[in-house]
Amino acid sequence: MTDVADETTAPAGAPVSAATSTSQAPVAGRASARPAARAPGGRRGPGPAWRKRAEIFFFVAPALLLFLFFVVWPIVKALQFSLYRWKGFGPLVDFVGLKNYVTVLQNDVFTDALQHNLTIVVFSILIQLPLGLAIALLLNRKMWGQGVLRTIIFVPYVLAEVIAGVVWFQLLQPNYGVVDTILGAVGLQGPPQGWLGTPDKAMIAVIAVLTWKYLGLAVILFLAGLQGVPEELYEASQLDGASWWQIQRKITIPLLGPTMRTWGFLSMIGSLQLFDMVWILTKGGPANATTTMATFLITEGTKRQNFGIASAASVILFVIALALALVYQRFVMRRDTHDPAPRKKATR
Amino acid sequence: MKKTRTAALRTLSLGVGVALLATACGSGTDAGEGTDEGNGDATTITWWHNSNTSPGKDYYDQVVADFEADNPGVTVEISAMQHDDMITKLDAAFQSGDAPDVYMERGGGELAAHVEAGLTKDLSEGSADAISTIGSAVAGWQVDGKTYGLPFSMGVVGFWYNKSLFAQAGIETPPATMEEFYVAIDKLKAAGIEPASVGAGEKWPAAHYWYYFALRECSQKTLQDGVGTLDFSDPCFVKAGVDLEQLIAAEPFNAGFLATPAQKGPTSASALLATGKVAMELAGHWEPGVMQGLTEDKTGLGDDTGWFPFPAVSGGKGDQTAVLGGGDAWAVSQDAPDAAVDFVNYLLSDKVQQGFADNDMGLPTNPSATQYVKDKALADLLQVRDASPFVQLYFDTAFGTSVGGAMNDAIALVFASSATAQDIVDATQAAADAEK
Repeated sequence: MTDVADETTAPAGAPVSAATSTSQAPVAGRASARPAARAPGGRRGPGPAWRKRAEIFFFVAPALLLFLFFVVWPIVKALQFSLYRWKGFGPLVDFVGLKNYVTVLQNDVFTDALQHNLTIVVFSILIQLPLGLAIALLLNRKMWGQGVLRTIIFVPYVLAEVIAGVVWFQLLQPNYGVVDTILGAVGLQGPPQGWLGTPDKAMIAVIAVLTWKYLGLAVILFLAGLQGVPEELYEASQLDGASWWQIQRKITIPLLGPTMRTWGFLSMIGSLQLFDMVWILTKGGPANATTTMATFLITEGTKRQNFGIASAASVILFVIALALALVYQRFVMRRDTHDPAPRKKATR
Repeated sequence: MKKTRTAALRTLSLGVGVALLATACGSGTDAGEGTDEGNGDATTITWWHNSNTSPGKDYYDQVVADFEADNPGVTVEISAMQHDDMITKLDAAFQSGDAPDVYMERGGGELAAHVEAGLTKDLSEGSADAISTIGSAVAGWQVDGKTYGLPFSMGVVGFWYNKSLFAQAGIETPPATMEEFYVAIDKLKAAGIEPASVGAGEKWPAAHYWYYFALRECSQKTLQDGVGTLDFSDPCFVKAGVDLEQLIAAEPFNAGFLATPAQKGPTSASALLATGKVAMELAGHWEPGVMQGLTEDKTGLGDDTGWFPFPAVSGGKGDQTAVLGGGDAWAVSQDAPDAAVDFVNYLLSDKVQQGFADNDMGLPTNPSATQYVKDKALADLLQVRDASPFVQLYFDTAFGTSVGGAMNDAIALVFASSATAQDIVDATQAAADAEK
């Protein structure tokens, strides 16, 4: 919005600076009163500029301080730890260079974990996008029990991850679990070692639980996006004789694009950093079938106290997440983050 | 628009300021607590223990009161914590260099790392009397001939079983050899009973099987050399894995054992035994207590609780009566006052250990106290422990977290049939070589 405003006022040039100077007029007055000795001429320029900088600094500093302390400093520390062999206590003395990175990248458990992360990224989007969209479109229609249905869909997302994990762990037990009991009642049989205890079934179970847990987020975001589609477009297309399907395909879904792309971004980053649900359901097992990069670095770090290797893994995870995020921003979300106004004008 | 945003920012920055102030205050008081040591003539020692429920907690409060009465001017500050919390806090305390004066050490590689970092006090001289009373059990807490911890409880791993389920399957005496063990598995299966539960989801309960096979296959000297030099080239270690593969192929374990937790919740390995769903479980001396906590009436298996040692392996070079076990020891941090050493000596005295046994808090290491253990199954287990030529410390503890973790992972993979006996040795050796 602001970009568009600038676009229109920029050619005029003057109004922008005029607006700034008027809004700062009283400030300038107060500022020039104090440093009068240093600026005898009473120039208006440096006073407000200094003042403005101080103001910016004053308001940005606390947030910047927190950011430095809780984000930048840990990253720097992780980088430092990743270059040492360190058991978690005593001084950092055993410098090993990039050896920890080599160890991590050559470790089958880590490369498998990376594959699992990517599998989860892909399947989260492939399953939740169409399903979430379908449910959102359905729930956007005026129908009986709309509010109740919306709540039911959204409840899993509100539920604490650990609680949901423990509940699903019990549901998926072999022999005694509810899932196997229901399957048995319709004449089917779950895997004899249970869904979470069979190496080639565990990932399916994890993805199913993740879908159940996070579908609510997709639906609620899409519903919010649907509220932004102007009613007039529907009316106009209906007057033109478009069917419900045509309206969804030609109007709703394209206009929902930014919401879907934002959701995709959140889903991707969440899948890459996935830890808690996997840890509760399988701890990365059985036979490392469901490890993620996060479970790998917890195992290496707090369990085995190879903090150097764990730090190297965390740096690699950070780089991978950052790279994927940048690629996504650059190629998928470019249309949303860069102002679309000029391009639209040009194409029309 | 601009106005409201600035206002919001101001509120936010105010909030941030308050938060920063709050954390600053918080850390300030923390630091204050840690350093009030040795002011004037009074000495304060801090003690962390994990008996946070009665009667253990009350008993230790009484022990401290008695010690303080006998040693005027010495104050003992007790922190009783849940076990896992204590371990986490200890790790953090070692990282920050703010460890309690008297704390628990589990021995092995973990202790060796603490010794190497100069965190623990050498007790060889200060506790010479207590060390000679305890005898060979201190071996797990010695590094380079010096003693750094006084074990106060030492348990062994064996099979806990359900007597009535065994009777139901027609097994009269618990199996003494692996051949008999396989017969027992078949009988239990024929009676429609799942023979054994194992918490392979957490890996270490599964790893205990391999440890025991190694104990049966390898001579005491090979094992001790292996632990000392981290050399696993002796073929007996691979043989142990082959024995394990054979056992897994007989499918004695509960359905879903690869995802089964050890002790937590109604579907854990311990709960399956406690509720009569399986006939036996390989576990340590803690099992009756764990099972009691997992059953509604707090009795566990009650009178059906039985115990037998790990069966003998025919042709094995190891001692067929040797036991795998581990324990907890009191250790003193490097810069603790001398009174802390007096205190751990007192904790190992005849009087305190007898009370320890009397309250069912563990398996005492002071020989004068063993007769006070009341629980029948635990008393049986004590006899086996004291008759054993030596107690092998759990391998993962002995080798330290890094090597132990790699070894347990590989063993768990064998349980899932996705690794071989040789892989266990290779993975362990690789992790050990990375340590050197």
